[in-house]
Amino acid sequence: MDLLTQESEWGRSNMKAKDYKISKEKFVFCSNEGRLHDQKLDTKPMSYLKDAFSRFKRNRASITAAIIIGILILFAIFVPIFSKYTVQYNDTYYRYISPKNKLFAELGIPFWDGTKGKEATAQDFYFYYSMGQETGKNAIVDQEYSIIHKIGLTGREVTYYKYQLDTYQAVGVVLMDLRTEQYQNIQNYQDEKGIQVIYPITIPEQRPTSRQDVNKVGNYWYATEEINGKTSIILDDDGNLIPIYKSYTGTDDYYSALRYEGEGYLYDYSTKNQTGYSVRVNYYEYYIYYHTYVLQDGITEPMFLFGTTNYGADILTSLASGARFSFALAIIVASINLFVGAIYGAIEGYYGGRLDLAMERIVDVLAAVPFMIVISLLKYHLENVPQAVILFIAFFITGWIGMAGRTRMQFYRFKNQEYVLAARTLGANDRRIMFKHIFPNAIGTLITSFVLVIPGMIFSETSLSYLGIINLNTGDMTSVGTLLASAQPYLVSYPHMIFFPAVFISLLMLSFNLFGNGLRDAFNPSLRGTED
Amino acid sequence: MYMFKYILKRLGLMMMTFGIIIIMCFVLIKLLPIVIDVQFGQDADIIRNQLIARGYYDPIPVQFFNYIRRIVVSGDWGIGVSLAEYRNMPVWDVFVTKLPPTVLINVYSSLIAVPIGIGLGIFAALKKNKWQDHTISTSVMIFISVPSFVYAFLVQYLLCFRLKMFPITMRGGFEYFTWDMFKSMIPSVISLAFGSIAGYARFTRAELTEVLTSEFMLLARTKGLTKGQATTRHALRNAMVPIFPMIIGEFISVLSGSLIIEKIFSVPGVGGLYLAAINSKDYDFFMLLSAFYTFVGLAAGIVIDISYGFIDPRIRMGAK
Repeated sequence: MDLLTQESEWGRSNMKAKDYKISKEKFVFCSNEGRLHDQKLDTKPMSYLKDAFSRFKRNRASITAAIIIGILILFAIFVPIFSKYTVQYNDTYYRYISPKNKLFAELGIPFWDGTKGKEATAQDFYFYYSMGQETGKNAIVDQEYSIIHKIGLTGREVTYYKYQLDTYQAVGVVLMDLRTEQYQNIQNYQDEKGIQVIYPITIPEQRPTSRQDVNKVGNYWYATEEINGKTSIILDDDGNLIPIYKSYTGTDDYYSALRYEGEGYLYDYSTKNQTGYSVRVNYYEYYIYYHTYVLQDGITEPMFLFGTTNYGADILTSLASGARFSFALAIIVASINLFVGAIYGAIEGYYGGRLDLAMERIVDVLAAVPFMIVISLLKYHLENVPQAVILFIAFFITGWIGMAGRTRMQFYRFKNQEYVLAARTLGANDRRIMFKHIFPNAIGTLITSFVLVIPGMIFSETSLSYLGIINLNTGDMTSVGTLLASAQPYLVSYPHMIFFPAVFISLLMLSFNLFGNGLRDAFNPSLRGTED
Repeated sequence: MYMFKYILKRLGLMMMTFGIIIIMCFVLIKLLPIVIDVQFGQDADIIRNQLIARGYYDPIPVQFFNYIRRIVVSGDWGIGVSLAEYRNMPVWDVFVTKLPPTVLINVYSSLIAVPIGIGLGIFAALKKNKWQDHTISTSVMIFISVPSFVYAFLVQYLLCFRLKMFPITMRGGFEYFTWDMFKSMIPSVISLAFGSIAGYARFTRAELTEVLTSEFMLLARTKGLTKGQATTRHALRNAMVPIFPMIIGEFISVLSGSLIIEKIFSVPGVGGLYLAAINSKDYDFFMLLSAFYTFVGLAAGIVIDISYGFIDPRIRMGAK
């Protein structure tokens, strides 16, 4: 024992052997009793997975990708939980609203603050400009604008107004029918908060009648006339707008202290109708009132981080819910495929011969069926089944083939090796050899392909729902593809609707591919040490 | 002889697979209940009698036999039933009119993608581990991962809408070789090409870097060839062995095209027809197009495999 350690010490020193003067006493006979043992290794054994992990850690791109995947998964899990909006939520007034984040809005950065730059004709401009004049809530940011002269298509000079439009305020004032108690509640709220929600009612006969203004009629608090089917403003001699408020009759049941001061006049605030009152409310303030006092759903002000869709649904929540479904679908299906494929491939590869030939023909046929055929046939036959289930089945039918092929290949490579022969000689049965001895060799490739099929599946799911073949939009569920499909017609006018889902899906595909490639390199022992 | 036998065997297997898929499709379609789509002013009985006359209520094997017979004898793949636009039109005729846009767009995109992709791949391989290589490899990774419809949106938004270089959707009509038509195809061609360029670049780079490190390259240099000569005469030729079949495969699968790109740019192609057929449950269209897509997929696979044998004399097909 002693001797062995000494020997290894000499071995390590740089001195040449002849420099040593070894005294005679040191030479003692090695005892013949007892046995010499090898020393225990000081280093820790390195398992295959550990080895792979250490190689994976060195790949910076893959680590980043893994972190991004983690963030995306957290996003998908937690955003629907903590979001105040739901997938069903939609607000018909707040449609196509631009993304807004509070920080940028408060700092006045004209980006991601709920505004969008506009270059519009005088008519459009005045429509928004007058909103701020009435309510003080500026649809045009700070009522600032610049005038541009351009030569139009006809060769005449056209005047354009350039301004930042606050999409949250651009709804302006809407005409709304309220029941008596709602009307009273809003008045109480006004008095309590000192915020004006209700604005003087206009004279119905003087509101614009052109068809394009049907939904915006609440915003016309001033006199207009219709010229060639278009609403055009009438100005007084000083160039000011002429209000068309209904003058005070006292029959409007409006008792709130907040009154809008005309020049010595009082105005009516509502007209009675069969069910209650027709009232003009500023929608931004009404929204806050409605969500904090009536619904009490935790929404304190309209603020859509990713904007809203053409139905007025919150894109952030919809996207996260769609992502959650995509992840769940992909991971569950990939696990089932892995399980079935591994067993199928193991049997094929291990037994080989005729059985393999027969089983491979099944695989050949299944693999040659285009996915579209599978999904449409399933859709035809399972009409009453939720479409999400159809997706599950379709992905399963075609998905396990790849896994089976990989397992089969590994089994062919390893089944005739000596250690398998040794195991068989020792009496291990087929199942033990298959799953204890050969299968672990396939784990690396299987994990890699498991990771790499997930983005593929999410892509297919997105494509199918984009194409409308599968419709996942049932009440409390939506999908990224549906969001993209519903946003595509508005690509030109409201690009934010398509931007966030597209960025999400791109980021997801990219990070999964990077992560998968990193895993593939990590599980490849022939690359051991090449990165050093 | 090996080769001939091998090709025959592969073709036989392919036809078998194709046959099984078609039979499966046909049976599964025919198992569905027959929908009698009565329109205003039509009599349900008349329509039922029409369907009986067209053999819709025969036993499935008889129907299949008749279906195949009609195809073989007179090229009759059936008649459009529920697709409003093509009701009572022979599906084959409609299909043929839909082919040119799909094929043209894909051919154009391949014509762009193959040289650029391979060129970038070669360049990256020659500059391995330099900044040029890193730039190309990173962009390739991005372009491979990002789904094609995202490029399509970008192209549509930036090139078509913002810069107004091209029309937003493809033109209708049948004059495929006019400048206006070509111009309207460009956005879809570009969107398709991005992904393939990245694919070719990655594949070429991988193949060429492997060949460049092999021993015979050293030999080529030692016998006095310059680096350029060695690369073009030895490395490239060897690297092309797996790349060339890929190109051939691509040219076969141009027929099938991309459903999504066709939808985004309103290309009046096969993909749109397929989608419409699926959604309106027009089974004759569905059968024809399913057969078509299956056939294209299978044929591309076989052609790729066989072309290996023609390109590389070292690969002896089917030799034991």
